Parts: sequence; structure tokens; C-alpha cells
Amino acid sequence: MDKRIPLNDLPMGGKARVKALISDSSSRRRMLELGLISDTEVKALQKSPSGDPTAYQIRGAVIALRSEEASKILVETF
Amino acid sequence: MGLSSQSTGADVLQSELKIKRDYVNDRLIALAGNPNVGKSTVFNALTGLKQHTGNWPGKTVTNAQGKYKYKNRHFILVDIPGTYSLMANSAEEEVARDFICFGDPDAIVIVTDATCLERNLYLVLQTLEITANVVVCVNLLDEAKRKNIRVNLKELSSRIGVTVVGTSAGTGKGLEALMESVFHATDKKKDHVPLRIQYDEIIEQGIDILEPCVKELLQGRLNSRWVSLKLIDGDEVLLKALGKYINIDLLNHSALIEKLEEVRNILNASGIDREKFRDKITSKIVETAEEIASRSVQTESDKYNDFDRKIDRILTSRIFGIPIMIGLLGVVFWLTLTGANYPSQAIASLLFRIEEQLTVFFMDLGTPPWAHGVLIMGIYRTVAWVVSVMLPPMAIFFPLFTLLEDLGYLPRVAFNLDNFFKKSCAHGKQALTMCMGFGCNAAGIIGCRIINSPRERLIAIITNNFVPCNGRFPTLIAIIIMFFAGAESGPVQSIVSTLLLTGIIILGITMTLIISKILSKTILKGLPSSFTLELPPYRKPQIGKVIVRSVFDRTLFVLGRAVSVAAPAGLIIWMMANIYVGDLSILARCAAFLDPFAQLIGLDGYILLAFILGFPANEIVLPIIIMSYMSTGNMMEMSSLIQLKDLLVANGWTWLTALCVMLFSLMHWPCGTTCLTIKKESQSWKWTLVSFLVPTATGIVICFFVASTARLLGLN
Repeated sequence: MDKRIPLNDLPMGGKARVKALISDSSSRRRMLELGLISDTEVKALQKSPSGDPTAYQIRGAVIALRSEEASKILVETF
Repeated sequence: MGLSSQSTGADVLQSELKIKRDYVNDRLIALAGNPNVGKSTVFNALTGLKQHTGNWPGKTVTNAQGKYKYKNRHFILVDIPGTYSLMANSAEEEVARDFICFGDPDAIVIVTDATCLERNLYLVLQTLEITANVVVCVNLLDEAKRKNIRVNLKELSSRIGVTVVGTSAGTGKGLEALMESVFHATDKKKDHVPLRIQYDEIIEQGIDILEPCVKELLQGRLNSRWVSLKLIDGDEVLLKALGKYINIDLLNHSALIEKLEEVRNILNASGIDREKFRDKITSKIVETAEEIASRSVQTESDKYNDFDRKIDRILTSRIFGIPIMIGLLGVVFWLTLTGANYPSQAIASLLFRIEEQLTVFFMDLGTPPWAHGVLIMGIYRTVAWVVSVMLPPMAIFFPLFTLLEDLGYLPRVAFNLDNFFKKSCAHGKQALTMCMGFGCNAAGIIGCRIINSPRERLIAIITNNFVPCNGRFPTLIAIIIMFFAGAESGPVQSIVSTLLLTGIIILGITMTLIISKILSKTILKGLPSSFTLELPPYRKPQIGKVIVRSVFDRTLFVLGRAVSVAAPAGLIIWMMANIYVGDLSILARCAAFLDPFAQLIGLDGYILLAFILGFPANEIVLPIIIMSYMSTGNMMEMSSLIQLKDLLVANGWTWLTALCVMLFSLMHWPCGTTCLTIKKESQSWKWTLVSFLVPTATGIVICFFVASTARLLGLN
């Protein structure tokens, strides 16, 4: 069974590993440069007061991503 | 109205690339690093300059430079924009890369954050691909220690193959060693071999095919391995830059093109297209950074950031996030308003006592009345008002604001507000440039360079003026104190005036959002572009430094600027009020001409004239109003804000006038400096004009609406 979900569906406090990026060109590169390469661990920290963006823990840094960006990152929970 | 490539700002940045050495022996040092790693602190500590620092990404957007001397050698230090990468995804990244490649630095110091080394190593590794003349400065070691993070500098150095120096720039620790290392880096022949990232075999094969040819063409001017990688990548921006700076058009050499085709074919045959290639390169660098960090950084537990997360959960919580933000703003304003009241009075009475003394002195000297008029009534009085009205609020507001900035609160503001900006089809970082506008709109507009998309950048530029800069704050504060708080302010009044000022600011932010939305739907159509925002760790601000810095650097700087504009403006006003054409002074004639229109929007002719004459600097609007009224015969002793209020009331001011002046102050044309900055940043008179007209039209409409409604309802 494929357990892949888009990152924006990861519940707060949940951890997952990056499996694929479905964005392209500059957005894709920016995600990679954040360190979101295959098998990178990501933790959903919290949503902003109005529900979007969401802050994620990525390689020791806290990065806020809008749902549009996060939906293009496929992750596998563990 | 389309967007031209010129309005992207890259051109402006290019012009800042050329640095002059005073002497041939001067060494040029580039200071690079991720945003928010204490780069500016290192810069200030080394050069003794006072470049403003702040705990949020994008603080340094221009190439600041400073000098220092070490062991009889002169060094020119260039603080290039903080970036995470050198892939030239944005104008700043392009500047940083161009400076490293073509700015001819003798060495590059990369400042990194010891508490987040892995992420920082990405930039280090990218830089090492371009040049070996690198000194890595691992900064914030004190903070890392507090978080139980240990960095093995020796191990790190041996892995990346360049000198590594540990510092805590805030306390000055390690800076001597850094200067020593930089001295050596610019000194002897290099014997070190920096780390070379080994890519997949097939990519290495491609490099091997291409590199000899590239090497021959470059003649040692750039790292041929790196340029080969970029050729395969098809990085057009870099190829253009090569043509521009060192006059080599690589794509004009048929032999090279042939080889490039060959490499591309090999890669394509293995299913590696351009996108895959980029993925592989980026991933490999990230992996290498991870590997190095895992070997040289020891973390005792992964709980070191838990405290920050707890604070974040409160400051950006669903229920409390926005109320806390407004509350903090309110507290800052309350402290400013109540705190500024008494010193303002004291300074005013002191300065006007001096005026009396000066008048007596001039009389004794037998100076002609016109000279006394020009110097005392014109220049001195205006300057005195500017100082007494502006100095106290600024001396309170700036340190408080700087404190929030240094703590790292501003990115949280951006995080809280992002959804509103997204709904306005604007860029999330516009919240940051908006906050910069609170200090100075011109600075806010330069700050808009952190926004990559030209469309969203223009929106941020055009709407930046909707937050009041420190030139306008004192006007707002003085009017609130006089008309809404009462001079003998009790607790109720001070709360009322705080709410009013907070309300004005929220109105400004709301207008920013509304106008951004309107622009996005009309002349700057488009969707919001992708956006990521780092929430940096909270930092304990150095309170002493914050106060000294904000008072001496910011407050006195702004005040100095205000005074230097106010003095000649005072002179002009005095002359306009005292030169008569027929039976009316020029001032009265101009005011009478403007009056019918001004009345429509709740002002009067003198007020509107003051806003127009205040174009060089917003600080002098209120002083000009006062000067004008005083010159029309209502001359009176001025020693406090109460008497100032009496003067205004005697000239027909009501609460509605006061409100409309505040609204118009919030929403009118940007000041002269800001307009010039917009021209420079947008490279277009058209967008400068739009930036001039949009807030002006908004202000006129709103003031008209407020004034008419109040009059219709008989409230005035």
C-alpha cells in the first residue's frame, strides 16, 4: 500500500520522510535547497493563526511553507 | 503596463559590484553567509561600523563596505547579501554569486551559524566549488554552547579543506583569530586543497569531457570544473554574466558546443534531463553537507529548540497569535505615548527659554529685525519644534522596536499575516518589507529586493508607504497627545490614544492588503508565487547595545536628517510668510488657493501646503503647519504642547481636522527620498508615478469620505 501523502496533510506534530517532489523548475530547486531531498525527515510543527502557512522542522531549521508548496511534496509517515 | 526585465532590480544590484581599492596592496574581502547568522555583527565588529543588524532574513540587501587594518595591512570588507544558495534564484543570490565570481575578492569569509551548521554548509560547499580562497567562520558558538551543541572545528576544517575559525561575534570572541586567518588567506600561496564534491560517475564523465575545453577558454579566470557544471546545467544567467564581466561568450565556440552536445546526449541516454541533472547536483551537495555536519557537530539532545517551539506555540497560536501581535504593538505605542509626553514638554520649554535668551542677545547686538526673523523665528523655531516633538517618541519607540526585531519577532509577524497577504495575491515576505517601512519607507523599498517575483516586488514597493515611517510617527503621536489624549493625560486618555494609534496602524496594514489586492486584479495581474519563510531561533537581545545603537544610530540619524531639512524649510516658510504680493503674503496666497480643495478632505489650505512643502521629509509637516499659523498673526509664546494645541484650535482645528491630518499623513505621496529610491529600484518613472499616485488618491478618497460623513452627521 502506498502511504504517500502530500506534506500539507501531515497532522501537526507528525513526522514523515520526503519521498518525491512534484513541483518543477525554480520552486523545485528551492525545496531541494532547503534540504528536502529524498528520505529527509520533516516534522509538522504548527499552523499559522489563519491555518496557512504551516511551520515545519527541516534539518534543524524551522521553515514556513504555504499549502500550495507543501502539497507538492510527497511524504511517507512513520 | 508590463513588467520589463529592468524592473527586476538585478540591474541596480550590478552597479554595486565594483569596489575600488585605495591602494594596490589593499585586500578585498567578501563577507558571505546565510541570512541571519550574525554576518552584520561580524562586519560591525571588524570594521567598527554600525550597520544595523536584525534577527530576520534579508536584513542586509545591499553591499555594505567597511575597512579595517590588521598587522599594517588594509582590508576592505564587503558585506554581500545573505543567501542560502548561489544558484542565482533571486536578484540577491545573483549579486552574491557575481561578487564571488567577478568582484575579484582576495578572500571570502563565509559566516555560518553554529546552531544550524548543516544548513549553512550548503552555501559553503557551493562557494568551495567556485573558489578555494575561503575562510569559514563558525559564529554564534556561545549560543550553540547554551544549546549543548558542540562543533569540532578541527574536524570540520579537515573535511572541507579550508581554514575554520570559531567566533561569538556578539561578545567579540574569536575575532582576532578570524582576522589572523584572513590575513594568512590573503597572504601566502595556497597549499590547501578544498573539498571537491564527487558527483555520480556519469556526471563526472561529462565534466571530464567538457573541462579541458572550458579551461582553455577561461585561461584561469574562473574554476573550470564549476563552469563546466554550469554549462551542462544550462545556467543562462551565469553565461550572460561571463560575457558581461570577463568578455567570454562560451556559447560562441563551436568546439565547446560540440562537446556540450556530446555530454548532454550521454546524460539523456541515461535518462538524466536538465531537471534531473539539477536534482542530482543539489541533492549531492545537501548529502555532503549532511555527512560533514554529522561528523563535526555533536548535539547532546534534539530538544535544544523545544523552548523556541513553546514560545512559537503561544506567539503564533490560532487563538492568541494575532491578539498578542496587536497587543505588543499597543504596548509599544502606549510606552511611547505616555513616556514621550513629559520629556517633550521639558525639551520644548528648555528650547524656547533659549529662544528668549537668543532674542535678547540679538536685540543687544542691534541685529536688524529681518535677520532676527530669519534666524530665530524662521530657522531656530522650526528646528526647536522638530527636536522637541520628535526626539522623545523616537528615543522610546526605536529601542522597543529594535528589541522586538532582535528577538526574532518579525518573521513571526510575517508568519501570522501571511495568509492575508496570500489572499491579496501578494508575496509573504511583503510583511517583512512592510515592517521595515516602520523605520523608513525608503529602507523598506530597498528591502523589497528580498521578493523575487517582479510583480509582487512592485506591489510591495507601491504599498510600502501605507505604514508610517519614523518621520510620520511623531506627527501622529503629537496630534494624538494634543487632541485625543489631553495634555494632562490620565490612564483613560492614554489608553484611548494608544488604541487610536494602534487603530491607525492597523488601518495602514489593512490598506496595504486592500490596495495589494486591487493592484493584483488590475495593473499587476498575477498569482502569488512560491514562498518559504524561515523562523529563526529566538535570540536574547543585548539590551545595552540595542539602546545605544537605536538611540545613537537611528534616532540621532533621523533627527539629524530632519533638522537639516527643517532648517532650510523654516527659512523658506519664513520668507513666504513675510514677502507680500499685494496685501497677502505668498504663503497666504498659496494657502488660499489650496483651501477649497483642502476643506473638502477635512484639512485647510495651510495643512495641505505643509504636506506639499514637506515633500523633502515628512518630519517637517507639523512644524511647517505651526510656522504658517504663527506667521499669520497669531504669534504667541510656545512652550508646551497645550499652547500648541491652542494655536491649532485658534486656527480652526477640530477633532475632525486632527483625524483627517492623521489619515492624510498615513496615506499620501511618499517623501522625496522614497520617490528617488523607488525610481532607482524599479528603474522606471512610470512605476514611481504609480507609487506616488496610489497612496495619494487613497488618502484623498478616505479623507473626503470621513470628512463628509462627519459633516453630514453633524458630528463636527
